[in-house]
Amino acid sequence: MTTRPDAHLQIRDLAVQRGRVTVLEIDKLDIPRGLVTVVLGPNGSGKSTLLGALQLVLHPSQGTLMLDGEPMDADPVATRRRMSAAFQEPLLLSMSVLANVELPLRLRGVDKRRRRELAEHWLERFGIASLARRHARQLSGGEAQRVSLARAFASQPQVMLLDEPFAGVDAPTREGLIEDFAENLSETRPTTVLVTHDRDEALRLGDEAALLIDGRLRQTGPPSEVFERPADRAVAEFVGMENLWHGRRSESGVYEAGGIRLASTSKSIAPGSPALLCVRPERIVLTRDGEGTGTRSEAGTENQLRAIVQKIRPRGPVVRADLTSGRLHLTVDTSVTKWDELGLSVGDAAVARIAPADVHVISDDGAD
Amino acid sequence: MELIWDGIREAARLWWSGDGEIIEITLRTLAISASATALALIVGIPLGAVLALRRFWGRGLIVAAVNTGMGMPPVAIGLLVALILWRTGPLGDLNLIYTPTAMVVAQLLLSLPMVVGFSLASIQSVNPRLIGQMWAMGANRLQVLWLLIRETRLGLLAAVMAGFGAAISEVGASMQVGGNLAGETRVLTTATVLETGRGNFEVAIALSLVLVLLAFLVNLVLTTVQQRRPVT
Repeated sequence: MTTRPDAHLQIRDLAVQRGRVTVLEIDKLDIPRGLVTVVLGPNGSGKSTLLGALQLVLHPSQGTLMLDGEPMDADPVATRRRMSAAFQEPLLLSMSVLANVELPLRLRGVDKRRRRELAEHWLERFGIASLARRHARQLSGGEAQRVSLARAFASQPQVMLLDEPFAGVDAPTREGLIEDFAENLSETRPTTVLVTHDRDEALRLGDEAALLIDGRLRQTGPPSEVFERPADRAVAEFVGMENLWHGRRSESGVYEAGGIRLASTSKSIAPGSPALLCVRPERIVLTRDGEGTGTRSEAGTENQLRAIVQKIRPRGPVVRADLTSGRLHLTVDTSVTKWDELGLSVGDAAVARIAPADVHVISDDGAD
Repeated sequence: MELIWDGIREAARLWWSGDGEIIEITLRTLAISASATALALIVGIPLGAVLALRRFWGRGLIVAAVNTGMGMPPVAIGLLVALILWRTGPLGDLNLIYTPTAMVVAQLLLSLPMVVGFSLASIQSVNPRLIGQMWAMGANRLQVLWLLIRETRLGLLAAVMAGFGAAISEVGASMQVGGNLAGETRVLTTATVLETGRGNFEVAIALSLVLVLLAFLVNLVLTTVQQRRPVT
């Protein structure tokens, strides 16, 4: 089993059981030094269990966890003192903000002057220096999460383990918090494992991604690749590939699905083999019928599908429309502004344009 | 009614005149009960923490025993300690029967279940994820215990009050293992019983008032600490 040359944390043959059920099983995962690895997956996929194992608070039934090539469980307290953690809940203790941020340093025996200096520095960096003397119980959710993150940075960890730290705060607060976090992270560059289920967060903060489904590692790679080029159907469904079409690759290299011919730059499937064509809903561009040139799909050219609008669902900043083209069902996300310009209603004809590069093809196991 | 007023007047007179015996009994009472409570805290808080945080075989049985202990009649405890410390008992060679030490042991056994029970309840109420965060911050076992005590200080002060209350107010066990010897093992409760039996109601009332006042003052201090605004 080869190891990434930049691996800081190494996970080998890890299995965690809850009762008799194996909830996490990872043969190999390397967490690169100084980068942010986002751990993605649906609820119950084992993301938090992985983080718990790395924090040495869960005891694996088998496997080894290594930090800098040394077993992490040789001296758990010493290992934990090289790391820090923040969770969805701020988990502050019943003391002042300053005392909370100082606490990990106090536990490490750092002298008072130095820990005060570091705590004040990180409170400043997270824009909450004015809250230093306030009791932790008197903070808003967003303020408390800032304190929690300042505390995670204050101990100058080599490894930072974060479990959805932005999930519990409201949208506007979250935006500012992620911005400050990203800035501080880029300056200090600890090895970071960030558990999240949010695509934007993963794309914005992650250098690497590891996707777990049912306790097993299904795909690793840069986040954009995981989101754009899922390895299998389960990953495709999780990353929001709303359009999954069963098809077959023809000899000419064009794919056929639901009676429609579709061009793709993806060539991973042998001609004649069953294929699953995956298209993200926001990658389909709609125009009113008549503005386009009718259904046309050839290798290397843009796919144009004539389609009928079946259902319109406003979803915040986008409008999600369901359309049919032949036997294909299309799900398309369009910005509200663009949708208003189109002026489409249920029953109207439209042309759906899909770039061949946006049609990702994976081997089809036939399951629906 | 006359009797009660006489008792209150006698109590005031005894205190005003600085009655040596009353002061001596009061100090002895405080020393014995405070020692028993302190020992109960040293043993009881870690035990309560272990019962709150760990799952092991027999835990349920221990918790049930603790809960039973919280309502245990003092005379039963007194009898048990007396049998153990009796000259012919298993620890008779230590010659502890009818000594303040024997009274501390008996009061310790009475207040220990209170301290364990209250500690268990307050530590169990801590968010388990907060305890996980304590470990994640790099705390060792002792530091986690320290942080838990800090975090549950309101509940633990209730444990101190309950433990001290159980110790200072009991009479049966102190009588059985202390013997109510003047100048040696006489405490406020046993002295009150003695004076009541002799018909010296004024003195009995005076002693009772001192006991109530003492219990009130100790609890007042603890309550003040418990209820003050959280500090950094």
